[in-house]
Amino acid sequence: MTSVRIENLSKTFGEVRAVDGIDLDIPDGKFVCLLGPSGCGKTTLLRLIAGLEAESGGRILVDGQDQAGIPAHKRDFGMVFQSLALFPHLSVAENIAYPLKIRGTGAEERRKRATELLDLVQLPHIEDRAISQLSGGQRQRVAIARGLAIDPKLFLLDEPLSALDAKLREHMQIELRQLQQKLQVTTIVVTHDQREAMTMADIVIVMDRGKVQQAGPPIDIYRRPANSFVADFIGTTNLIPCTVKDGRSIDVLGHEVTLGEEDVINPDVNGSAILSVRPEDVAVTERAGDHTVPGEVAFIRDLGANVEISVRARDLEIRSVCTPKRRPDVAVGQTVGLEFHTGRCTVMAS
Amino acid sequence: MTTPSHRLSARPLAIYPAAMLLVFFLIPFGIMVVVSFFHRVEGAFFEPAFEFANYARFLSPFFGKILATSIGLSAAAAVIGVVVAFPFTYFLTTMPRRQQTVILVFLLSVLSLSEVIIGFAWSTLLSRTAGVSNLLVWIGILDGPQAYTPSLTALLLGLCYLGFPYAVLVIYPALSRLDPELPEAARMSGASPVAAFFNVIIPVMRNTIVGTLILVFVFTLGAYLLPQVLGRPQHWTLSVHITDQAIFQSNLPFSAAMAVFLLLVSLALVGITMLLSQPKGQRS
Ligand SMILES: Nc1ncnc2c1ncn2[C@@H]1O[C@H](COP(=O)(O)OP(=O)(O)OP(=O)(O)O)[C@@H](O)[C@H]1O
Ligand SMILES: [Mg+2]
Repeated sequence: MTSVRIENLSKTFGEVRAVDGIDLDIPDGKFVCLLGPSGCGKTTLLRLIAGLEAESGGRILVDGQDQAGIPAHKRDFGMVFQSLALFPHLSVAENIAYPLKIRGTGAEERRKRATELLDLVQLPHIEDRAISQLSGGQRQRVAIARGLAIDPKLFLLDEPLSALDAKLREHMQIELRQLQQKLQVTTIVVTHDQREAMTMADIVIVMDRGKVQQAGPPIDIYRRPANSFVADFIGTTNLIPCTVKDGRSIDVLGHEVTLGEEDVINPDVNGSAILSVRPEDVAVTERAGDHTVPGEVAFIRDLGANVEISVRARDLEIRSVCTPKRRPDVAVGQTVGLEFHTGRCTVMAS
Repeated sequence: MTTPSHRLSARPLAIYPAAMLLVFFLIPFGIMVVVSFFHRVEGAFFEPAFEFANYARFLSPFFGKILATSIGLSAAAAVIGVVVAFPFTYFLTTMPRRQQTVILVFLLSVLSLSEVIIGFAWSTLLSRTAGVSNLLVWIGILDGPQAYTPSLTALLLGLCYLGFPYAVLVIYPALSRLDPELPEAARMSGASPVAAFFNVIIPVMRNTIVGTLILVFVFTLGAYLLPQVLGRPQHWTLSVHITDQAIFQSNLPFSAAMAVFLLLVSLALVGITMLLSQPKGQRS
């Protein structure tokens, strides 16, 4: 039962503000993904929580207890490193049971627990192998097993799947998620893959330049991005300049669009803004009508599972994706109308 | 993949190291082995012969004790040198790059000092008239200046000083290539920094440590000036006696025999060390 609270946390390396005043609340038992582009401070934040890095300012509270002054080895967390960092001179079982050995658990008990954990990560009967004899995916699981050996208060993972090939990676994402649900351990995973985050997380924390841009359930972040960075980073989106007029009416590329009740206008918006609408929420109609934005078809890409249509409206390219069944009868060069599904538009400050 | 034409052009290049080895190592060594069987002519030089007299003379309690002294001294210097150099190098690799470079350059400059300079510098530092004891008197720790040399401690100090920079320079590349996440993984498993050092860093670095022990051992085995400058006559090593026989007694055959013997013994010791240090299960 572990909750984490982070207050105004910051970390500077010389001139670089790697973590820049972060506030977070992580409830007990949640699976949290730290997501963001390279260099945004994800690893630094995770290492601060782990106690491997000393904070320059702010506080980290675990179950209400300030972690300042508690060294990494006394925090009782489990961690999986990017390089996995398995001990090459120890066998699989010895690696997994190392956290228990350090705590003085007897040999028999350690062996039993190692076997139990290997079953848990679905790698039975490899206790006595050397680390050098394992495949990438097996090493991954051994590292996860070692991280879970002591029933950690917090389970921290830094890009644990980045070394695996795409297929195995997707498989491990699901497995990791199921494992976490079974154990109910509060888990924080660093990733820069938004699909991975969407697959696994209860809460996604999107970071950029050392700051939290948005935190929340993945679908909320996808549907209601707080700003254009988040909208663009999570999935693909169309970012269209617009002007907010009175009420729920906005001016998009010279055409008036009335937003529905469900559409979101972020509170910090006034005057000129940006409309974010996902390609799957843009419909292409064969004729431009009153409530559509006119444009000209620039490119059609039929990928089998879905069809992508790029429409040029003024100097913008707006993308629409639909299933082959719903494909409109349009050709390149044709003038068409663009319709935005109500309830799926977000207007954000520019 | 090398193509045949590459391999052809590489062959003359492979001859070069082989030739160097032959000219500068094997031929002189062969001459030494041959000379070790020659007969010494009293008052003159030596004459060709094939006799085991030189080896027979060596197999006496007197020279046995000298051999034991040599090996004991070098082994102690190797162990002390590595025990000091390893943690030193570990802390060095955790420092900022710039400071690392400064310290490494300083160590390299120590390498440029010859055994002669090191020997006389230490003998001055440890002497009664101008040594550190005068400083201790001045501070008030000692009542009167003392001589710390010649003594076993002084000699060991000198040998360690000689081997230390080599030890650091061998350990440094291996330690700086060590995955920094390994000790961190130990920390996150609940190990204190000291426990992580002993449980993870030392075992992972075992091959390097053994290699460094051997290097410092062999290197200090060849020291022939330090024992004379810093040690008492009973600390004179085989290298000192070899030098003595070759240069001052003009007994080249006997010194050659001793040199061959020393070489064989140290080769055997190195072999045993490497065998014993192989990890469990990999021993064949
Ligand atoms: N030990 C360090 N010394 C100096 N600067 C550092 C150090 N660690 C991180 N930084 C800097 O802090 C910033 C954030 O780094 P961090 O490793 O947290 O990024 P990240 O989000 O994990 O990126 P990536 O996805 O590439 O792993 C970067 O600009 C990085 O250069
Ligand atoms: Mg990182």
